[in-house]
Amino acid sequence: MEVTISNIRKEFDRFPALNDVSLKIASGELIALLGPSGSGKTTLLRLIAGLDFPTGGKIFFGEEDASHRSVQERNVGFVFQHYALFRHMTVAENISFGLKVRPSSARPPKAEIRRRVLELLDMVQLGGLEKRYPHQLSGGQRQRVALARAMAIEPHILLLDEPFGALDAKVRKELRRWLREFHDRTGHTTVFVTHDQEEALELADRVVVMSQGRIEQVGSADDVYDRPGSPFVFSFIGESSQLPIEVKGGTVLFQGQPIGISETEEGAGELFFRPEDVVLVDAPDALFGKVTACRRLAGTRIAEIDIANDGHAPYHVEVEVPLHAPVELRSELRFRPTRWKIFRK
Amino acid sequence: MPDQLRSPSATPPAFRDPASEGLLAKVLLILLGLAFLGFFLVLPLVSVFVEAFRNGFGDYYEALIEPDAAAAIRLTLLVAAIAVPLNLVFGLAASWAIAKFEFKGKSFLITLIDLPFSISPVISGLVYVLLFGANSALGPFLKSYGIEILFAVPGIVLATVFVTFPFVARELIPLMQDQGTGDEEAALSLGASGWQTFWYVTLPNIKWGLLYGVLLCNARAMGEFGAVSVVSGRIRGLTNTMPLHVEILYNEYNMVAAFAVASLLAFLALVTLALKTFLELRFGAGATGGRH
Repeated sequence: MEVTISNIRKEFDRFPALNDVSLKIASGELIALLGPSGSGKTTLLRLIAGLDFPTGGKIFFGEEDASHRSVQERNVGFVFQHYALFRHMTVAENISFGLKVRPSSARPPKAEIRRRVLELLDMVQLGGLEKRYPHQLSGGQRQRVALARAMAIEPHILLLDEPFGALDAKVRKELRRWLREFHDRTGHTTVFVTHDQEEALELADRVVVMSQGRIEQVGSADDVYDRPGSPFVFSFIGESSQLPIEVKGGTVLFQGQPIGISETEEGAGELFFRPEDVVLVDAPDALFGKVTACRRLAGTRIAEIDIANDGHAPYHVEVEVPLHAPVELRSELRFRPTRWKIFRK
Repeated sequence: MPDQLRSPSATPPAFRDPASEGLLAKVLLILLGLAFLGFFLVLPLVSVFVEAFRNGFGDYYEALIEPDAAAAIRLTLLVAAIAVPLNLVFGLAASWAIAKFEFKGKSFLITLIDLPFSISPVISGLVYVLLFGANSALGPFLKSYGIEILFAVPGIVLATVFVTFPFVARELIPLMQDQGTGDEEAALSLGASGWQTFWYVTLPNIKWGLLYGVLLCNARAMGEFGAVSVVSGRIRGLTNTMPLHVEILYNEYNMVAAFAVASLLAFLALVTLALKTFLELRFGAGATGGRH
């Protein structure tokens, strides 16, 4: 189901948690809400679910205004951060809960409920565990029970709050791949919240980057990584360095010195570039500084450099250097960004 | 000599757990604990039963089925049967409100719930005398409609409800606060109504804590002396509860009868303790919501 969020505001005790947020989620899409803690991503998820209500704005499910519908009426599948499995119920009882509490006119017959439970258990690859209690399951298994329970009510939309937050790194990676396959198989419109950018970029069709109650950028993994729309997105996603610069006569100046790159728009700004987007040069017009540390990172090497012209406070940047390049501590390194972005102040 | 130090017969120095004490300290502390326990708990309890059976089982039995004693036992059971369910509902409602919702004046409400614990039971009784006594506004008004509160069963029930109010709530508030609202939200998101959520999710999560609170509440409801003695008027066979009856018999130097009734109360306390221990052993995980 298509979900449209239109100019949503949410305040807690006058403290704004969400500020005029609008977003269109296409049917069948897998969307990640990504941001640091306190960015409003979980608040937005709860508003879509109907677990909280907005101070202003509207939420549409398809064409219908769902803003004032209760959580029960919205028919959403919500997977909670700590799963919130009912600990006094078996796995099967947990999964069938949403069907059993329906009014008798809408409740499927017992045999049908049982068939559905077993089918869902198969789907989340937990066949044979229906008689276990939640405390007899591992974290990853609980997660999948929570997912099966949410899917049992045939929700219009699936919402997951930090779905992998409480799992260890290896299980997290497996489940991530598994969730992607699960989504491709079932085709549910899915929104999940995460603070882990790797998770968001790998898993989602589109990533919604949030900060301080606002949406900073919406786009594919390539969009937000290669074409960040704001200084926040550039520094939040991936590694980056930033330097204050000025553009004069088409050349970019750092602390009054040309650094060998050009730009059309004149004036002061902030230069952003990624460690991997630099080239070592042997020319006077370049960024240069002393190497303060050097570390090996998987297949690459990262040099930390303090760059400063005489009499200025040093700026700390990180650049990727070829493994074979002779880089020594305290030696001088000259480089130019090959891809960059300048944000105006 | 170094060689001797390294000889195989020398036992290596025993490592002591840094958090444990030496043998002497251990023995002293344990003895102190046992002596205290024996002197203040076991000895009085044993003496109650010894005194009760001093003249044999026949007299013991006689003291219990004597009409005034039987009436006191009946009245105590009646009062508990009214006060405990009332406080079960009040306590459940109060802890639900406190644990699951945010509102202004919450800490004040918690203090208010604790009030019966912190004021003397005599004052609790006097409150009702002031409220329903002959010189109050309400007393004569109710009396004109034939409703007796003071020196009658309703007064005893009111005083007991007041005194035992905190037991269930005190037991449930920390438990429910610890469990949070996650399970309830999950149930609601799956389409359950408020009542269904309460019956199928909230109540099973707190049932052992609730049962424990009810046990404590019941023990106190049957044993309450101070508040009840102020409002009861101590009319033999009519408004005497078991604790009041014990005191009257004692004041009349009827030791065997007094201790016979007292032994029933003591027995009740023991049963409560045994049940509590059983619950903790059997459902230890459930009683704390399965979260350690």
